Amino acid sequence: MSAPARHTALRAYLPPAFGLAVLVGFFVAVEIMIQGGILNRFIVPPPSEIIGSFGRVIVEEHIFSRFMLTLGECLSAGVMLTVFGVAGGVLMHRFKLLQQACETWVAAMASAPIVLMYPLFMVIFGRSSLTIVMIGFIAALPPVILKTIEGLSGTRKVLINVGKSFNLTRSQQFWKILFPAALPTIFVGIRLGLIFALINIVGVEFLINYGGLGQLINDLAERYDLAGTYAAICFVILVSVLFFMTLEKVERWLRPAD
Amino acid sequence: MSADASARRSDPILVADDIYVRFDTPEGGVVAVDHMSFDVNPGEFVSVIGPSGCGKSTLFNVIGGLLTSHQGIVSVAGETISGPHQSIGMVFQEESTFPWRTVIDNVAFPLELTGMPKQKRVDRARHFIKLVGLDGFESRYPGELSGGMRQRVSLARTLASEPKILLMDEPFAALDEQTRLLLGDKVLQIQQQLKQTTLLITHNITEAVQMSDRILVMTYRPGKMKRIVNIDLPRPRTSEIVGSEAFGRYVAQIWADLREEASRGMRDQEDHVLHHEAPAS
Repeated sequence: MSAPARHTALRAYLPPAFGLAVLVGFFVAVEIMIQGGILNRFIVPPPSEIIGSFGRVIVEEHIFSRFMLTLGECLSAGVMLTVFGVAGGVLMHRFKLLQQACETWVAAMASAPIVLMYPLFMVIFGRSSLTIVMIGFIAALPPVILKTIEGLSGTRKVLINVGKSFNLTRSQQFWKILFPAALPTIFVGIRLGLIFALINIVGVEFLINYGGLGQLINDLAERYDLAGTYAAICFVILVSVLFFMTLEKVERWLRPAD
Repeated sequence: MSADASARRSDPILVADDIYVRFDTPEGGVVAVDHMSFDVNPGEFVSVIGPSGCGKSTLFNVIGGLLTSHQGIVSVAGETISGPHQSIGMVFQEESTFPWRTVIDNVAFPLELTGMPKQKRVDRARHFIKLVGLDGFESRYPGELSGGMRQRVSLARTLASEPKILLMDEPFAALDEQTRLLLGDKVLQIQQQLKQTTLLITHNITEAVQMSDRILVMTYRPGKMKRIVNIDLPRPRTSEIVGSEAFGRYVAQIWADLREEASRGMRDQEDHVLHHEAPAS
């Protein structure tokens, strides 16, 4: 490998390697503090124990099927929030009265702890996956709506004028100019929405002790299996990271121009 | 003969007749275009020049059909138009390529709207890409191109719609002087090759003299026709002509007309700042 190529490779791999090293360093420090009695092992289990319990949690707790259940709930909420969120944003952009009337409420809804309304959802939908999906969907809807409005409103006037100069119909103007121009911002909304959905879905699974990864954390915590609980939490974090990375890849694939 | 009357020729392809535009602002009404009339003959290159704020872009929007709240008539080949018209192709001052489309897809955009089969529109788009000198960049996205290249994509896209009149609003305003001169060459070459009727809105005297058969000089607010200058420089022209004595004379003549207007505009803007903005403490 030539010197410039080595330099380029180093520049590419150094940041993630540094990030990983910081994480490993943190775990080593926690391990040392627990072993040295600075941290209470009955509150924070040693990282070595957490790593050791990964295999047990994966095999004995059927983590794969739980993961698939959570993933299915996330995807269902994701499809719903993409369809209804984008459509809602488009409608609010199209009808200014609707936008003026509702935008503040939607923005307020984005900061409201919807997850606390789970008893109401349980009354309506029962103790089922539907409750979990609906809470994930409702909680994640505001960013998609708001970002859709932002994307459509932010379309550069000159692009709209190009459309007018080519005599586009209202529908062509939307599908050929407004929507593709707004797509990068809409994607940001969908990505935020999906992350909101994942957080809320795992949270509700934990609260109502039903379904996938959230229920697993609840089960393990109730059994006071601390290492297992932390391993399950690590697994959820890992899933979130992978989820986020996959969304980025999908976005890049769908928008090759950026 | 008045300036307006001498701007009218026989069998014109574009006629702007008594155009008047007034905007209401919080500070009162502003007349942007004051009863301007002119026409453009087939194959002719006409420039409209004036100081900043004289109503050039308003005139561009009126002729392009983007502004309909005006008095007066705009007609193309005898047909009065009341909105954007397929006979008029517009190139805008701001960067206007579609960033989500490749160069070839940008240029093929107007052909796609006509329902032309894919292979045929790709071939047509390639032809116009080659015409603006961007062959080899077909599959690139605008984000990968320079400002000058992106403006050429916009030009190719407009040309692909095969308009009877090419209407350009300071298309090279954001570019550096050297790129502007070279792109001027390219536009001239294309205009001569296609015998494309062109109306250029600009504030750049060099650009106007380099390319035009006629230059319509506008006054500062309200925008009226001040003078029409016929440019009798030999064709085909290139940017080399900017060094000639005759070119210099035209530039000096137009600047003499514009100087007074530009000074008036500058004073007006200074007054506006003095009377409408609080002084910094």
